[in-house]
Amino acid sequence: MALTRRISGLLPPVSTASSSSSFLHRRAFSTDDTTTITVETSVPFTSHNCEPPSRSIDTTPKELMKFFTDMALMRRMEIAADSLYKSKLIRGFCHLYDGQEAVSIGMEAAITKKDCIITAYRDHCLFLGRGGTLLESFAELMGRQAGCSNGKGGSMHFYKKDACFFGGHGIVGAQVPLGCGLAFAQKYRKEDHVTFAMYGDGAANQGQLFEALNMAALWDLPAILVCENNHYGMGTAEWRAAKSPAYYKRGDYVPGLKVDGMDAFAVKQACKFAKEHVLKNGPIILEMDTYRYHGHSMSDPGSTYRTRDEISGVRQERDPIERIRKLILAHDLATEKELKDIEKQARKEVDEAIAQAKESPMPDEPELFTNVYRKGYGVESFGTDRKEVRAALP
Amino acid sequence: MASIFQGIGAATSLSSSTLFDSKKLQLCSRRSLSERKTSFVVVRAAGAKMDGGSSGIGGRADQLVTNAVATKADTPAAAAAASKPGHELLLFEALREGLEEEMERDARVCVMGEDVGHYGGSYKVTKGLAPKYGDLRVLDTPIAENSFTGMGIGAAMMGLRPIIEGMNMGFLLLAFNQISNNCGMLHYTSGGQFKIPVVIRGPGGVGRQLGAEHSQRLESYFQSIPGIQMVACSTPYNAKGLMKAAIRSDNPVILFEHVLLYNLKETIPDEEYVLNLEEAEMVRPGEHVTILTYSRMRYHVMQAAKTLVNKGYDPEVIDIRSLKPFDLHTIGNSIKKTHRVLIVEECMRTGGIGASLTAAISENFHDYLDAPIVCLSSQDVPTPYAGTLEEWTVVQPPQIVAAVEQLCR
Repeated sequence: MALTRRISGLLPPVSTASSSSSFLHRRAFSTDDTTTITVETSVPFTSHNCEPPSRSIDTTPKELMKFFTDMALMRRMEIAADSLYKSKLIRGFCHLYDGQEAVSIGMEAAITKKDCIITAYRDHCLFLGRGGTLLESFAELMGRQAGCSNGKGGSMHFYKKDACFFGGHGIVGAQVPLGCGLAFAQKYRKEDHVTFAMYGDGAANQGQLFEALNMAALWDLPAILVCENNHYGMGTAEWRAAKSPAYYKRGDYVPGLKVDGMDAFAVKQACKFAKEHVLKNGPIILEMDTYRYHGHSMSDPGSTYRTRDEISGVRQERDPIERIRKLILAHDLATEKELKDIEKQARKEVDEAIAQAKESPMPDEPELFTNVYRKGYGVESFGTDRKEVRAALP
Repeated sequence: MASIFQGIGAATSLSSSTLFDSKKLQLCSRRSLSERKTSFVVVRAAGAKMDGGSSGIGGRADQLVTNAVATKADTPAAAAAASKPGHELLLFEALREGLEEEMERDARVCVMGEDVGHYGGSYKVTKGLAPKYGDLRVLDTPIAENSFTGMGIGAAMMGLRPIIEGMNMGFLLLAFNQISNNCGMLHYTSGGQFKIPVVIRGPGGVGRQLGAEHSQRLESYFQSIPGIQMVACSTPYNAKGLMKAAIRSDNPVILFEHVLLYNLKETIPDEEYVLNLEEAEMVRPGEHVTILTYSRMRYHVMQAAKTLVNKGYDPEVIDIRSLKPFDLHTIGNSIKKTHRVLIVEECMRTGGIGASLTAAISENFHDYLDAPIVCLSSQDVPTPYAGTLEEWTVVQPPQIVAAVEQLCR
């Protein structure tokens, strides 16, 4: 890894050994925004019908530390969700994102909260990345009132309108036409924002995806289709489901870019490049080469269709958090202990959020009938027996 | 709202002799499914909604004439109450007028569908709109129902108000996932964060020998989807009013038009008017039997009504218009008067609108019925091509006459 560092004089070069012993010399690493660090992506970008962006990305210590902190929080949240599911506090479907955090983090670093993101059901970390709180996440997972959808959506239906996060969809591939609709509205209103419509390698074989891509290309909609290729569509490996697993090339006339999805900086660079491209030239496909450690969902052990060696191999060589950790240590931005403290802090925050979420009550019975229709239209709805549980919808 | 149905016994004060009971209007504050008999919500230019009182004639200049419902000439009061001559047009032109007025009024309203733009719409509903509003606002989509319906819904989530046209309702089966899961459910699963103010419209129903796949009645399939509203228009007057109401509604509305009704001619008022989405239309008041119908079957019923009147019967004909939710208020009041119900629909026998309506009436008004509910529907077969067979598939006026005679024995 080629490293260049220009110090603006703020940070004294303190060696690792001495800083760990003294709080007085503790560096305010999280506030350093001025030093530029140049990082290279792990692998170069492969492109289809376009010029790939550069491998070198500029970042700051603040951003590096933020990446680490945020990803540690996401990882902890997903692990906690795993144990909550096993203790039957979360029911139904629970699709975990651990291993794929770099996609969310890198994307957020490249865009604003006015750019839209829409994804499928593996949405917990993307929700967090968009500004959702841990309390809202856990409460929604447990079906409580404090959840982001008031407990009525569940794991697959996290939304955050004020941060332009459009969910959270259970039916594979159906979110891609919706994403093109978001892009259509952005173009209609002449906004300078883009939409990231995310889907998986399993959804990449859906017809509606190509229909939506055709329309987006036809009308130059600012839609970026992001294929989070974790190589397994539930239990089916990509080579068993797709004749051509080069998902970034599947757009044919639409340009594509293949990105190492475990490298947050590669993701950041790709998203930045895509945003600029799409505002001028119409849609682009980004294929994020990533991996999920858990199975497809909590009811899938994840080991019947892949070997444990494969999983641990990826964890050792390509883990996104480890990569950032190594970068931070190599650049002397924090010590091992400080990083461990950050992870402990993440654990603490998650535990607190879970405790708080557990206190939130389940939704009341009238909530069954709220939000079926929009206010003000006097529409009636009937409960199952049509006599007792009856409500005039607000 | 529960009080309306639990207090049905007490509410028999709504007399059968007067249709427009202005006293009741003043009593209730709820707008839509309230005890109002006059049918519409008057929307003034500023967009404020207000009740159309039955004293509309003496009201302010921009208030609509209230009883200009398509009642036949047997209520001369109605004709006299019309304040202006109005203009005559065909049903598809009425739809277009409603659409154009709404597009003019709100820049977020846009249309998308196959051949709606340059071609002008396969039934000319959107003719002339693309040159006027541009290609992005009247969008010609490729033949990809699933995804352009999804696109419309995504645009609605972002604040636009798209009108999605299915060239034939039957094609929307391809978009069922988007309509059911995303359109109907997103408001609920997002905890109220997103509203989906789309209008999904298109012609359906049995045409003239169009074949099985192009003669489908999709209201049967869509009626269970929670979160959507369904309306069926049948006259130019209610077509324009329902179109405008559907566009202004913040809920997803499916507007069912009928292939054979596009060329109906009627004189409609010049003033702007919007109809109530959840209200049924009293077509012909009567005493002996309540006939509930919608869309094209309304005309078969009215034709049968002529024969019935000659035979000495007095049927009350109600065009239910709102297929989801049912206007059980109007229907209930009628049943309490006549005690006999005949449902005439174009859906198939199994699982159609008639089946749901039968169940709803049974549950709510069982005590008022003197005879079992009779439901005349199309046969449970794919619509055949041959003209004679197609005629036998659908309910015809002689069958309606026979059913009424049987019911009133």
